[in-house]
Amino acid sequence: MMEPAVPEHEYLRAQKKFPSVWCAGCGIGIVLGAIIRAVRALSLSKDEVAMISGIGCTGRMPVYVDFNTMHTTHGRALPFATGLKLARPDMKVMVVMGDGDALAIGGNHFIHAARRNIELTAIVVNNSIYGMTGGQLSPTTPFGAKATTAPYGQIEQAFDIAKIAEAAGASFVARSTTYHAIELDRLIARGIEKKGFSVIEVLSNCPLFYGRLNEMGDAVEMLKWFRDNTTAAPGKVASGKIVRGVLVDRDLTGYVESYRKLTAASKKRGGA
Amino acid sequence: MGNSPTTARRPKKARLMQGNLAIAEGALAAGLGFFASYPITPANEIAIFLSRALPKRGAIFIQMEDEIASLAAVIGASVGGLKAATATSGPGFSLMQEHIGYAAAVEIPCVIIDVQRAGPSTGRPGSPAQGDVMQARWGTHGDHPIIVLCPGSVQEAYELTIHAFNLSEQYRTPVILLADEVLARMWERVELPLAQVEVLGRLHPEVPPEWYFPYDDALGDVPPLVPFGQGYRYHLTGLFHDKSGFPTERLDEIDTWQQRLFGKIEGKVEQIARIEEEEMEDAEIAIIAYGSTARSARHAMKLAREENRAVGLLRLVTLWPFHDKAIERVASSVKRIIVAEMNRGQILLEVERVAKGRADVVGVNRADGAMVTPAQIMAALEVEG
Repeated sequence: MMEPAVPEHEYLRAQKKFPSVWCAGCGIGIVLGAIIRAVRALSLSKDEVAMISGIGCTGRMPVYVDFNTMHTTHGRALPFATGLKLARPDMKVMVVMGDGDALAIGGNHFIHAARRNIELTAIVVNNSIYGMTGGQLSPTTPFGAKATTAPYGQIEQAFDIAKIAEAAGASFVARSTTYHAIELDRLIARGIEKKGFSVIEVLSNCPLFYGRLNEMGDAVEMLKWFRDNTTAAPGKVASGKIVRGVLVDRDLTGYVESYRKLTAASKKRGGA
Repeated sequence: MGNSPTTARRPKKARLMQGNLAIAEGALAAGLGFFASYPITPANEIAIFLSRALPKRGAIFIQMEDEIASLAAVIGASVGGLKAATATSGPGFSLMQEHIGYAAAVEIPCVIIDVQRAGPSTGRPGSPAQGDVMQARWGTHGDHPIIVLCPGSVQEAYELTIHAFNLSEQYRTPVILLADEVLARMWERVELPLAQVEVLGRLHPEVPPEWYFPYDDALGDVPPLVPFGQGYRYHLTGLFHDKSGFPTERLDEIDTWQQRLFGKIEGKVEQIARIEEEEMEDAEIAIIAYGSTARSARHAMKLAREENRAVGLLRLVTLWPFHDKAIERVASSVKRIIVAEMNRGQILLEVERVAKGRADVVGVNRADGAMVTPAQIMAALEVEG
């Protein structure tokens, strides 16, 4: 067989599912490319990888990729993935969510997945808005920013996804953007390899809604904004820039590992 | 001489057992591999028992953050190949509705145990009701098929739990075991089957991965669902989907899927739905009841028979799909049907629908968290239709 001209194509479902549902200028395709390159770099087989999603633009990601894929309900991808991971601890289970999916309707599940520190890789594509339903405000819409349901500006504070994940107990937390695709590949690969719950937040561009409503320009302008307003050097935090890179990396026992030990211990005890 | 001493004294596995524990034991006998739930009265004993029993078997127990997550985890584990169940009561059952629809549409086998308590809202948490009958049928949005079983004794709670798992695998569907507080928390003699109970496993396709589609009607009315991670990579979605599992907007593909989805259950009512008749041969009045209310109904029937009145009992073991033909037969053969239930008349509506005026249909109802008494049913016998 010929080598595909683009290595990512080997992992995509070619027969039926293209073009994608995503708008021109959307950042989600960049994230999908990074996930595929991370899986490829780790030499994982397609059979051992599962990708679970909820609802929204990011929720449509699994249909395009040739893994074991499941598009679930709004906000609930993490508990679905929790059941799958416990049933098949040998599989690498990735969960892809948007900011509304992961932090609003699914916020409680996000906190508890992190608290449990279950061996899942959660990739949160954060475009600060609900794209699929028409540009409504999300829990990561910055204070003052506009959305179709915040025409006078958002008056709630935005969640810091990484800080929530850290406080709730995740083993690994990282942040990058759709501008920094190569960096993103590496961070996702590290997240997949990490034992315990790993979270990779990806700041992403929604030029159609977030960009237009907040006069940020087109997709390229939004990518440039990510370049100019983020930093991978922690020393520059004082500059007010958003920090990229690995934010938390700690060795904690994951839930599957703890459950395995509990099972072994329970078998030694008598009774029913 | 008769039986040898060893045969005569063969130990029967008879035990005094609580309804909730019988459900849990039934689930274990059916091969339960995964249980997720959230604490709620009056279903708690199931999770407390399974949290101890499952790890010893190498199976999984997890307490989730709510009932929505519980059923999600159950569906995820079933996709991973395990027999999976959750248990709850009214408020939690309400929260599970979206995922019951997901399991029905995506065709994921799982068992949902609902120990009904008086509602709506918080209601009377420790008191019985049968107010979830229509919620079990129609609680999730959109038309969908569902199987709902309703045990009438602790012994039957054990047996029907096993049956619920079998049906969920056989028809690749969620199955709801609709118990009630009285049945779940009473203690009763249970004889565990001495012979090995029939336990059905997951169906497997006879085709290789490249020929497999998870919704392909060429593989039968119930195409096998291959667990994730076995080389049969495919897509699952709650969107309307084609035979491969991919989302579709094509009406011809949607029609093919819906015909099969509804047909696999609604086209097999006679095979799926169980009813039990007592003293119906000469009955002029039939009492229709289910769950613990059927026990009051049976007592009322016996009292009536002592007075030489021709009263029989038809007990619904399967509530959904509704056994229209059985009710039609009864409506054609008796003068009056009394439908006794701990709600404001949910199955009553179904009986009236099927009877079509062929017999008088009278409801005996209460929804205050107390049982329907035999005296209430006896009083209904007296009313002239």
